[in-house]
Amino acid sequence: MANFGVIVFPGSNCDHDAYHALKHVMNADVKFLWHKDTDLSDIDFLIVPGGFSYGDYLRSGAIARFSPIMQEVVKFAEKGGPVMGICNGFQILLEAGLIPGAMMHNNKLRFVCKSVNIRVENTESMFTSHLKKGQVLNIPVSHGEGNYFIDDDGLKALNDNNQVLFRYTDAEGNLTDEANFNGSRDSIAGITNVGGNVLGMMPHPERAMEKILGSEDGKPIFDSILNSLSIA
Amino acid sequence: MATSHAQEPEVTLELALEHGLNEEEYGWIVDKLGRTPTFTELGVYSVMWSEHCSYKNSIVELKKLPRDGEHLLVGAGEENAGLVDIGDGLGCAFKIESHNHPSAVEPYQGAATGVGGIHRDIFTMGARPIASLNSLRFGDMKNPRVRYLLDGVVRGIGDYGNSFGVPVIAGEVYFDESYEGNPLVNAMSIGIVKAGETASAIAEGIGNPVIIVGASTGRDGIHGATFASEEISEESEKKRPSVQVGDPFTEKLLLEASLEALKTGAVVGMQDMGAAGIACSSSEMTAKGQQGMRVDLDKVPAREDGMTAYELLLSESQERMLVVAHKGREQEIIDVYEKWDLHAVVVGEVVDGDKVTYWKEGEVKAEIPADHLVLGGGAPQYIRETKKPAYLEETQNFDIEGLDHPADHIDTIKKLLNSPNIASKRWVHEQYDTTVRTNTVTAPGASDSGVIRIKDTKKGLVAKTDCNGRYVYLNPRKGGQIAVVESARNVVCSGGKPMAITNCLNFGNPYKPEVYWTFKEALGGMGDACRALNTPVTGGNVSFYNENPEGAIFPSPIIGMLGVIEDVEKHTTTPEFKAEGEIIVYLGADRKGLGGTEYLKVIHNLTQGDAPELNIDFEVKLQESLLEAIKAGFITAAHDIADGGLAITLAEMAIFSKLGATVDLAKLTGSAHEVLFSEAQSGVVVTIREADLSTVKAHFENFGVPAIEIGSVNGSDKLEIKGIGSLDLKEISETYESVIPNAMNT
Repeated sequence: MANFGVIVFPGSNCDHDAYHALKHVMNADVKFLWHKDTDLSDIDFLIVPGGFSYGDYLRSGAIARFSPIMQEVVKFAEKGGPVMGICNGFQILLEAGLIPGAMMHNNKLRFVCKSVNIRVENTESMFTSHLKKGQVLNIPVSHGEGNYFIDDDGLKALNDNNQVLFRYTDAEGNLTDEANFNGSRDSIAGITNVGGNVLGMMPHPERAMEKILGSEDGKPIFDSILNSLSIA
Repeated sequence: MATSHAQEPEVTLELALEHGLNEEEYGWIVDKLGRTPTFTELGVYSVMWSEHCSYKNSIVELKKLPRDGEHLLVGAGEENAGLVDIGDGLGCAFKIESHNHPSAVEPYQGAATGVGGIHRDIFTMGARPIASLNSLRFGDMKNPRVRYLLDGVVRGIGDYGNSFGVPVIAGEVYFDESYEGNPLVNAMSIGIVKAGETASAIAEGIGNPVIIVGASTGRDGIHGATFASEEISEESEKKRPSVQVGDPFTEKLLLEASLEALKTGAVVGMQDMGAAGIACSSSEMTAKGQQGMRVDLDKVPAREDGMTAYELLLSESQERMLVVAHKGREQEIIDVYEKWDLHAVVVGEVVDGDKVTYWKEGEVKAEIPADHLVLGGGAPQYIRETKKPAYLEETQNFDIEGLDHPADHIDTIKKLLNSPNIASKRWVHEQYDTTVRTNTVTAPGASDSGVIRIKDTKKGLVAKTDCNGRYVYLNPRKGGQIAVVESARNVVCSGGKPMAITNCLNFGNPYKPEVYWTFKEALGGMGDACRALNTPVTGGNVSFYNENPEGAIFPSPIIGMLGVIEDVEKHTTTPEFKAEGEIIVYLGADRKGLGGTEYLKVIHNLTQGDAPELNIDFEVKLQESLLEAIKAGFITAAHDIADGGLAITLAEMAIFSKLGATVDLAKLTGSAHEVLFSEAQSGVVVTIREADLSTVKAHFENFGVPAIEIGSVNGSDKLEIKGIGSLDLKEISETYESVIPNAMNT
């Protein structure tokens, strides 16, 4: 069975949530990786979890990208290894240059924590194969800097290469200004790199894994991942 | 005894008075020390004997509260927080604390460090914080300063708690002119610890090393505790440097490192540093261990050069703890903190005797018997003069029925929904992370109280902060009772059994006899209710001197109620209507009396009358019968009647569910405006399946609790109240959701 690794930076606070989701909901093999670790040889899939790595004092993810493990994560990803960055993890992957674009403060300049709807834009990815195109998922967000930005050329490339996996929409799957609560370019909630092996997303699928917590819509994303790893 | 440093001011009675001590207290110090204290000693006595640290004007009354119960693992005041046995081999540590004065002058940092401080109280006991709550009070939202304070406080709570990674699960926000200039910012933390793995705030074992861990010590927050122990005035702005600056990132590291350090078994005792910093933590731990402690202040990691002993001892720099290790095992502890990139430096040791001795540059700067400094030891205890406030005569005899009550009740309901006290607080709680740690079953706003599941068990924890200061102002004793029973009722409405409370007692200047009378009465009321509900007081915090130039705030004893849900999947109950065709039932006492209501305030701009009706014995029956009905699976929704009365309870159930309903309130006795807007206690609205109606009625009849069928849920887009009129759900939802965002212009 595939081995998942969840990176723990000083200040990570969704590390245990990702661990719980994989270990206890998905029954997967998972272990924590300390930010000073550099050996990823027994890892099949990396999670860069949410939180406030190094306090995010300079700019979200700006310090974490320099930590020892991130040098190895870049090598892992460049060799095609699958990596998923959630929230702060997405910000770190952007800072590390593994995914194009940048994150700005939410356009209303306030932290936002709520349940939002995201529409599945592409099901040919290893992260979304168990979903239907156009399907709307109800998943929590919780961030202050989730206003995704990319320039016109970059955006065109993302669209041309089918790199956009999720967009913020209303419950019916319509793109609206209100649904795009943080002002992200083109309502982007989650994208992959060109190779399709690195995903960054602001919403927290690991918080939507159990009925008692209000939504299980995060599960098909992990089902997709586990399925692709078992085939690979 | 070494001579004091040349630069230090000479210690005189005058200097002692400037430090906030009185003549009698200064005399006691000179007498017991047998000499004039050094400047450093004076500083230490003054903070340790400040109201904030010593509870000198409240402890006699606090001891009258019920503080025993079969589930309590630690008694009130014994450790940093109360500890309740919740079964499954788990203990729950919880506590609420104020940060009012810092927040009044520096709302962002004031609120942020309030959150940091209360979480440290929890993890210093070895418990991992898993949820937080808060209780906020501000002046009138029309005042731009109030909006500035609200914005800063919410950002402060959010930025600190979000980064620290603990969800906010419930809270309350009230606005009233009485809190103008002196907002209340009370923060509560709840943590979980395995039984037998708790840590104690004790220093014992001669020769055991004392280690300071966490952040370095700077000049911030010196005399913060003293600042908290005086009234807010125009001078207060100058006290801005007394407000500490928070660093949630360091706190997060401190949490992880401290829990890891405890696992080594090398820790004897651990105490967080809050008010009065090193002075307080070292003397409290020493007094508890009944031995002495020597601290070498030169070894304390400092943020700046040239800090004096006085400054090092009194600094309230955040995110620090004092740890006593087993001799020879200190390196194990240091290694853990260094792994987390934190300071861990041995600064002293436990010694023979009973004194705390602070050294700097080869000199003894202070040497004080630890017992002199702490509560229950030498710290003064006072019984203050009391006098019933004169205004009560007027307010309690006010002729409410003689007012001109508007006939258009629908219009009144809309006006109430437009009150920021009733309107949705979504603007506030969406700035808090409410779902991190993946335990949140009901988040703020969606329920009468916050519910979290406890992983690896079937259980849930349910918690609520509550107090209506208007009621306490109008009738301190009954207001104190209501604060407790209402928070318990909220817990029951969510499916939990109330277990114990923590409290944050926010009052005015205790030297004013009227304030003290109110304080004493309110505590008496809380005690009555806690005894009846069997929910002992596990501790908390007293905040006096909450005044502005206009006078004292509404007396506000905020209750933090903790309950346990036996089966969190089955018993958790929420207020929104669930399905068309379900029957709406009113449970409880007659809806009568309009004293102290939001209706009186909003429609007549009055705070008058007596506090709402309450019969504690009946309230207990209501809560017991409701909890049984919930556990038996009969109740599909439950919502307490509180601010705004029955009309608002029904409107909220409809708004939350987007389902309409038709109700007929003719079966309830009383005039229409009383039935709709009375805040009489012991009232709950529930829904049940039609098939269960006779069984449910019989169940409540057995308890002597009236259960009156008042209507049913339907698929319409209206809440229709027969004989009164109808409310368009879309319209009232928009009102309810837009009040605070509009006021805050976002």
